[in-house]
Formats: sequence, structure tokens, C-alpha cells
Amino acid sequence: MPLLQVTELRTSFRTDDGVVKAVDGVSFSIEKGKTLGIVGESGCGKSVTMLTVMGLNNRRITTSSGEAIFKGDDLLSMKPARLREIRGDDIAMIFQDPMTSLNPVHSIGKQLVEAVLLHNDVTKKVARERALEALVEVGIPRADRRIDDYPHQFSGGMRQRVMIAMALINDPDLLIADEPTTALDVTTQAQILKLMAQLQEDHGTAIVIITHDLGVVAEVADDVAVMYAGKVAEEGTVDSIFNRPHHPYTWGLLGSLPRLETDLERLAQIPGQPPSLLNPPPGCRFHPRCAYVMDVCKTKVPELAPVSNDPLHRQACHLDEETKDREAARLLAETMAGASAS
Amino acid sequence: MTDDLLVVDDLQKHFPVTQGIIFQKQVASVKAVDGVSFTVKRGETLGVVGESGCGKSTMARCVMRLLDPTGGTIVFDGRDITHLSRAELRPIRRELMMIFQDPYASLNARKRVGFIIGEALQVHKLGTEAEIKRRVQELLEVVGLNPEHYNRFPHEFSGGQRQRIGVARALAVNPKLIVCDEPVSALDVSVQAQILNLLKDLQQEFGLTYVFIAHDLNVVRHISDRVMVMYLGKVAEIAEGHALYREPRHPYTGALLSAVPIPSPELGRQRQAIVLEGDVPNPINPPSGCRFHPRCPRFVEGRCDVDEPLLRSFGRDHEAACHFPLERWPMTAAEMSNARQAQTEPVTAPQ
Amino acid sequence: MVQYLVRRLLWAFVLFLAVTVVTFVIFYVIPANPAQLVAGKSATQEDIDRAEKFLGTDKPVYVQYIRFLNRLSPFGRIETAPGDYGGWGFKEPSLGTSFATRQEVNDVVFRAAPVTASLVFGGAILWMLISVPIGVFSALRPRSLLDRAAMVFVLIGISAHPVWIGLILAYVFGYKLGWFPITGYCDMINPGTDCGGPVDWAWHLMLPWTAFAILFAAQYVRMIRANTMETLNEDYVRTARAKGAPEGQVLRSHVLRNSLLVIVTMLGMDIALALGGAIFTESVFGLPGLGKTALESINAFDLPITMGIVVFATLAIIVFNLIVDLVYAAIDPRIRLN
Repeated sequence: MPLLQVTELRTSFRTDDGVVKAVDGVSFSIEKGKTLGIVGESGCGKSVTMLTVMGLNNRRITTSSGEAIFKGDDLLSMKPARLREIRGDDIAMIFQDPMTSLNPVHSIGKQLVEAVLLHNDVTKKVARERALEALVEVGIPRADRRIDDYPHQFSGGMRQRVMIAMALINDPDLLIADEPTTALDVTTQAQILKLMAQLQEDHGTAIVIITHDLGVVAEVADDVAVMYAGKVAEEGTVDSIFNRPHHPYTWGLLGSLPRLETDLERLAQIPGQPPSLLNPPPGCRFHPRCAYVMDVCKTKVPELAPVSNDPLHRQACHLDEETKDREAARLLAETMAGASAS
Repeated sequence: MTDDLLVVDDLQKHFPVTQGIIFQKQVASVKAVDGVSFTVKRGETLGVVGESGCGKSTMARCVMRLLDPTGGTIVFDGRDITHLSRAELRPIRRELMMIFQDPYASLNARKRVGFIIGEALQVHKLGTEAEIKRRVQELLEVVGLNPEHYNRFPHEFSGGQRQRIGVARALAVNPKLIVCDEPVSALDVSVQAQILNLLKDLQQEFGLTYVFIAHDLNVVRHISDRVMVMYLGKVAEIAEGHALYREPRHPYTGALLSAVPIPSPELGRQRQAIVLEGDVPNPINPPSGCRFHPRCPRFVEGRCDVDEPLLRSFGRDHEAACHFPLERWPMTAAEMSNARQAQTEPVTAPQ
Repeated sequence: MVQYLVRRLLWAFVLFLAVTVVTFVIFYVIPANPAQLVAGKSATQEDIDRAEKFLGTDKPVYVQYIRFLNRLSPFGRIETAPGDYGGWGFKEPSLGTSFATRQEVNDVVFRAAPVTASLVFGGAILWMLISVPIGVFSALRPRSLLDRAAMVFVLIGISAHPVWIGLILAYVFGYKLGWFPITGYCDMINPGTDCGGPVDWAWHLMLPWTAFAILFAAQYVRMIRANTMETLNEDYVRTARAKGAPEGQVLRSHVLRNSLLVIVTMLGMDIALALGGAIFTESVFGLPGLGKTALESINAFDLPITMGIVVFATLAIIVFNLIVDLVYAAIDPRIRLN
């Protein structure tokens, strides 16, 4: 049984302009100790999906439905008090911007201690010791002296380490990382990704990493879900998504990436803009931008269906499999021309 | 007319740090740009890459003369523009344009798109009203927007479309050089590709020269003919893009390259990343000797922390500032630090 | 920090000089002669000249100003008789003597200041008691009935003139219902006269407090609501929720403290400004505070009293500025540690 099984998740927001269907029937699962990457462009619903699972959307304007079974219980239908016990204890979350994710008026020690005390019946002294251990574990230099410092006294990378320490302090089963390295420089990003992998190995934590960066996904994820306009376009193991992508949107994403290892004169680009979720296109939501569009795409919503001889690899596209295999191979040959590892 | 459109020599920009009760006296300076030299040839793209705080944006603003350099010279199209006054600069402004990072903030929200794009034409009095309007509509079409959107406001466009407006505005006066400061870093991957392709197409069509600044190595590598790597206000390495990627000489370049996540699980597994320790130091008080030495896997005590390495040549159009350059690539972190022993002896001893 | 304080005090001194100079100059250019008023309607030119000499207004404005500074300074030339100076020495700082009544300005100001202070501090407590809960709750439940009602209150509070509010209150609660006295002031401590003591004091101030607080309460509700809504959207509030913190704790520890930071500055400034005289409220309710006194002194061209109140108001602003800065540093580590 997977650690977290999300089924037919739907989230919509009431806004002044109308109802935004931010997430529209998303299903996925994550196994214990594994890493799932959810990848897509801004507004595709990747963050909202996980915020819904955590019950962190603004309740007044949100409606959600579906199931999110975590260790036998449905997170979406459970009482808020019970969900609060799980948040920060069994499931923890870190966010994109370490500059704004820590409260500027409290010392980091205080914020870590708060996380311990919320879920453990221990004294403040014990909590502080745990906080210090956590800071040491995430590699804050001279942690014993820095525990009473305030967030603004740390660099971006160090703040993200503090966030990770705070998330992992109660040894959760699942860590949700929402764009954890997007705001960081590339060498700092490498440090943080390495740290997350190390901690995952030590604690057996499952990770959901939400990102727009296909490079990050390829590097850290075991499984990948590609989202477009509130739906999962394609999901599978990291190798099947990158080596045998079966959805035109995934092709578009991979083709539009500038790459270090290849000399491309022009990038393959996806024309147009992502659709408004106030009024999404009928049928396949990608059809107005798709180069392979057929009549059926304009009316019928494609179901997420397994790819032959790879049941874990599922995609939502009406194209026939032969064409997909051919296009995937062509794309791979183009983007990898002359590539070698460095 | 020489081949070099822009020659920057020993450019410095220091920001004072002041302290005092009534009279502020300078107690230190942030050496944001500290002795940067490079040339940009006509029709090429020079990419500038580095992490936050490396001085790349300050350098660009000095070149644009939006900031006054503290030292050094900037020669644009054969003319020294380092100390020109505002009035003297005015005719040169139309040959030097800039595209900014944030397509939301860099367009005046109260003005119509037609006005935003045509403003430079009006300022430089390049045509009658009707001519300017025709030119603006032509530009809208060139950058892939509908010429009928002439009368719309910026908020009616998406992020990518706004960046197209930014490009059109820069193109309006037929500039010789366009400085692009992180033009695609606020955009999604698919839109980023559209803008990168547009910039490349326009370069071919109009023979433009770009200085392209970004923190994303992939993007810089894709668009640039030559790439300059900056670290803490100094040039670490400058080379033709292909060479920089295949044979980086500076350990910082190597670390940067190996830190970029590869969108291919196989290639990713094959390589071993070199993860630098620590953060970029404070530019108020930069490390002695080579500024990279506290984080460098090849650091040699008594040399790197004492002598500042100068840029030296490693073949055609390839320079790096390092006492113990990488001798091949790829290298693993272990090989890099092992190579330290091998390298300690030979290199010419300091006086 | 010490350096910062020194710099602030130096600037405060410059500010003080600027404000007093401007007040002096304004009085000088007004075409009225206080000496004439003092000497009376039927005074001869000789009488007026004598009065002028007595008041010191026969001297040029800069001399008057220097004399004013000299009187105010604890160290300077000692004035033996009006216009006659003895040697240098330490002395009691003085704001001078009223043109019209020959009272010591020090006494006038120190009699009026507690009245205004009572009004302002009591009013501030009242408006904070009203605006913090309303502001926070309307931020938590935007568009709810309470929020809409609060917005109507804000609209009325901001658009209504304090005199109008004061008169309505006086009419309804003072005249019609007879719950509170309409005018008059009772000393809080000294029960010497017919009324006094904390109960009488508060009872007499009830209507002025309310009238005075409504305008500010409206502004504060709006500010607190906006700030709290902004803070609720901060990433660190989401972090706190993701940690599993109950809503009450999130609000207490992560929302209120941050959103009320700005209010501290606003409160300090408003109190400081109002201490210079809440002219409208004091006039409507006949409170003998600084505002009413200032108004009367201006009408009587009684420069020393006006000057005394200006000096007091300037000092209040300077002191409160400093207090705000210190409080701000105490509660915001970003200020404290930079």
C-alpha cells in the first residue's frame, strides 16, 4: 500500500472573476521512502494539489473533493484538529522562498522549538536540544551559537537549511518540498539537493518535490507526474518520462529546454500561452497549443491510460502509440545530439 | 570601423558604505565590480553568468551608463563613453538599449503599448507621428504580437507577451548593442524558449549585438557565442561557449557546470557533482588573493590566499584567472582535490 | 545604538529651532500689535510705547527670539527685570510671561497639559480597544456581516467631522439622556473643588474620549484590517500552519505581532500630534486643555502662550518619536540588529 494515495482530487477557488478550477481530477501515489516529482509550469496546479492535501488552502474560497489516503486515513475528510496533528508531525512541508517562509520577528531557535512542542509532550529544554541537533544535522555551522539568531541574519541557502531542519525535526514520513531550490543560486541549489538526498537516506522519508525545473526532477525523482492546466498529462518512472515521453506537452517541455550538453541552433517551442483556468478549453486542455491536434482532441477529454508494456507509465493523449514512440525517439535523438556526461 | 563594438577595460564600481553621526564618512566600500575587462565583437552575443552578488547586473548598468563607474574605461563603437555627460550621452543612448528581467515592472502600466514602444522614437525625434505609429506596428509584428494591439495596456498581456513588448521597445531605435539583464528568468520554460528563439531570430535579421546576462548556465550557453563567468566582482573565466563547456579551466566554472541539473536521468547518474561548500563571501570584505579560494577544492595555502591570479590565456579566445587550472574535464570532486598535490610544485614561484 | 540616539537628539534640536523660528516669524508678520491690546482701546501712543517696551515687542524679531531661547535655556543670562539682564548662570527654564494676563506661561502649560494628556491617552486606549478586535476580526472574515458593518463604521468615522460627532454625542448622551456631563473637567487626583477624583474625572471625560476616539478608531480599523490581511498571506504564516500550529497560536504568535508592528509607529505619531492640542474636541466639550488654550492665545495675539504650547507640542513629538523608535527596535529584531 502506498504511503499517500491521491484519487480524483479537485480544487476550485471562487474569485471575483468566477470559479477557477485549479486542480481537476488529479490522481497519483507515492511509496514510502521514494521521491515523486510533480513538474509543470506556473498555474498548472502543482502547488495547489499539495496544499489541498495538506489542508492549507484558504478555506473560505476553496472547494475540494476527492480522496487523499495517508496511512489508511483520508486527509481531505478528516477533522481539522486531526489533520493538524498530522501536519508537521507525519507530513511536513518546505516552501519556495526561504526569505519569507520564516517569521522575521522570532529567532530560528524559537521557531524550531515551536515545531517540537506542537507535537511532543516534552519540556522546552528538551525541545531546544532537539532543535540544536536538527540544526547540526542540516549543516548550520556553529549551530549552538546561531540558534538564537534571527532569520535575516542567515543567507538564503542557510535559511532553506533551517526550513528543512524544522520540517524534519519530528521525523515525518512524508516531506512536501514546494520549489525548494527555485529562489537559490545554482551552487546553493546543489548543496540543498544533496542535503535532501542525504536526509532521505538517513530517515527513510518519502519526498514530493514540486518544481518547474525538469533538470531538478531528473536528478532527484524516482517517479514523475507532469501537470498541465490542472490535470496530470503524463506520469511514470523518471526514466520512462525522460526517455520515452508519451505526451506532446512533455515533448514540448523537453524540447524547449536549453541544454548545456548540446549545441542547438533553435529551441523547439510550444506556441501560445497556458489557458486560463476560469474557462479552460474543451476536450484535451492542451489541444490549442498542440502540434498533433486531431478533431477528437477538441471535444473528448483524454483519460489517463497506461502505455503498453509499461503499466506504471500512464498518459492522457488521444494520439496512437506508434506515433508517440516515433516522436519520442526523434525528440530524444535531437536533444541528445552530441551529448555526454560531464 | 573595427570589429570590436564594445571594449571594457578594468571597469570598477565601488559603492561606499558610510557611517557617522551627522557627517557620513566612508568606512568601507562594496566592490561590486572590481577590474572587469572584456570586448564584444559586432554581431556576437557575449553571455555573462554568475551567482547573485557577482556584480553582473552592476557591470551592465555601468556599461549602459545608468551607473557611473568608479574606474576603468568603456569604449563603445570607437568612442570612450566612460565620462560623457548626460547631454553628450543622449545621441548614444539610442544605440545602446536594454531589456530588463521583470516584464511586469519595467513597463509603465499607465501607458499604452504603442506609446511605450514609440517613446524612444519620439524622444530622438525620429519621424512624424504617423511614421512612428507605422514603425511601432511594424515592430509589434516583428516580435510576434498583433499590430492591432497598439492601443492596449501592458496588463492586458501575459508575461511572455510583455517581454516581447520590452524587446520591441529596445529594437525601436535600431540600436547597435542590446544589453539583456536576466530577460527570461521570470518566464516559464515554454515561454522562455519563445523569447530565446525570438532574440536569436532578431539578431540574424538585424545584425544585433547582445550582452546577455543570466544566472542560468543553460540559457547563457544556448544563446551566447562567448561566455564570461564572474565571481565576486571579477572575471573568473571567459571563453567561446563550446570551449567553456567542454574544457573549463577555472575550478569555479567547473563547479558551476557540475551543479546545473541535467534534464536526463542517465547523464545525471553518470556524472559526479562537485558541490561547493559555504556561501558567496561578503563583497565588502572579499577574501585575500583569489576571491574563490575559501570555497575552492583546489585551494593551495600560501599561494591562492596570497596572490591574486590574473587572467591568462588558454588557447584562442580562452582566458581564466587561476593558479592551478583544471587540466581536463570532466573531473570528479576527488580528482580535483587530488590534483592539488600534483599541482603544488611546478608553477612559477611568486617573488 | 548610542550613536543613533545622539544623531536623533541632534536632529531633534534642529527641528525644535526650525519650528520655533517659523512660529516667531508668523507672529511677526501678522499685522496686529499685542501692545495695543494690552494697553487698552483708549491708550495713547505713549501708553502703547510703554507697553511695547514692557512686553519686549519694541525690539526686532531676532532679539525677541534670542531672548526667548535665553529664557528657555537652563543656563544663560539671568533676567533681573523685563528686558534687563544680569550675569550668566544657571536658572529655571521659563517660557516667559503671558502678554495678556501676566501669568507665567509655565503654569499655564502645566495646568492645561494634564487635561489634554487625559483626553489623548484615554482616547488612545479607547480607540485601540475598539479598533484592534474589529480590525483583526474583519481581516479574518472578510465580507462577513461584521466586516461590512466595520467598513460602514470606518466610512462614517473617517468622513464625519469631530465637531459634528462631538455635538451629536453631547446632544444625545449629555442633553437628551443625561448620562454624562456635557462640559467641564475634573482633576483626577486633586479633589479640592466641587468635583475631583478618578471617578468624576472619567465620567466627565467619557463623551470627549468617545468623540475623540471615533475618528482614530475608524482609521485604525482600516489599517489593522489591511495589515492583518497582508500578514495572513505571508509565507511564514503558511509555514506555521504547515507545522500543525492551531489557528489561535498562528494568530497570536505569527500574525498579530507582525501586523501590529506598523500600528506602533502610527500610534506613537498620532498621540504625539494630539498632545499638542485636540482643538476640536476640547472646544466642543469646553475642556481647558492645550488646544483650547492655544486657540484663545492666538485670538489674543498672546505670543508667549502660543509659543509655550508650540514648544510643548514639539517636545512631545520628539519624545514620542524616540519612544516609537525604541519600542520598534525592541519588537523587531531586523531593526535592532542592523
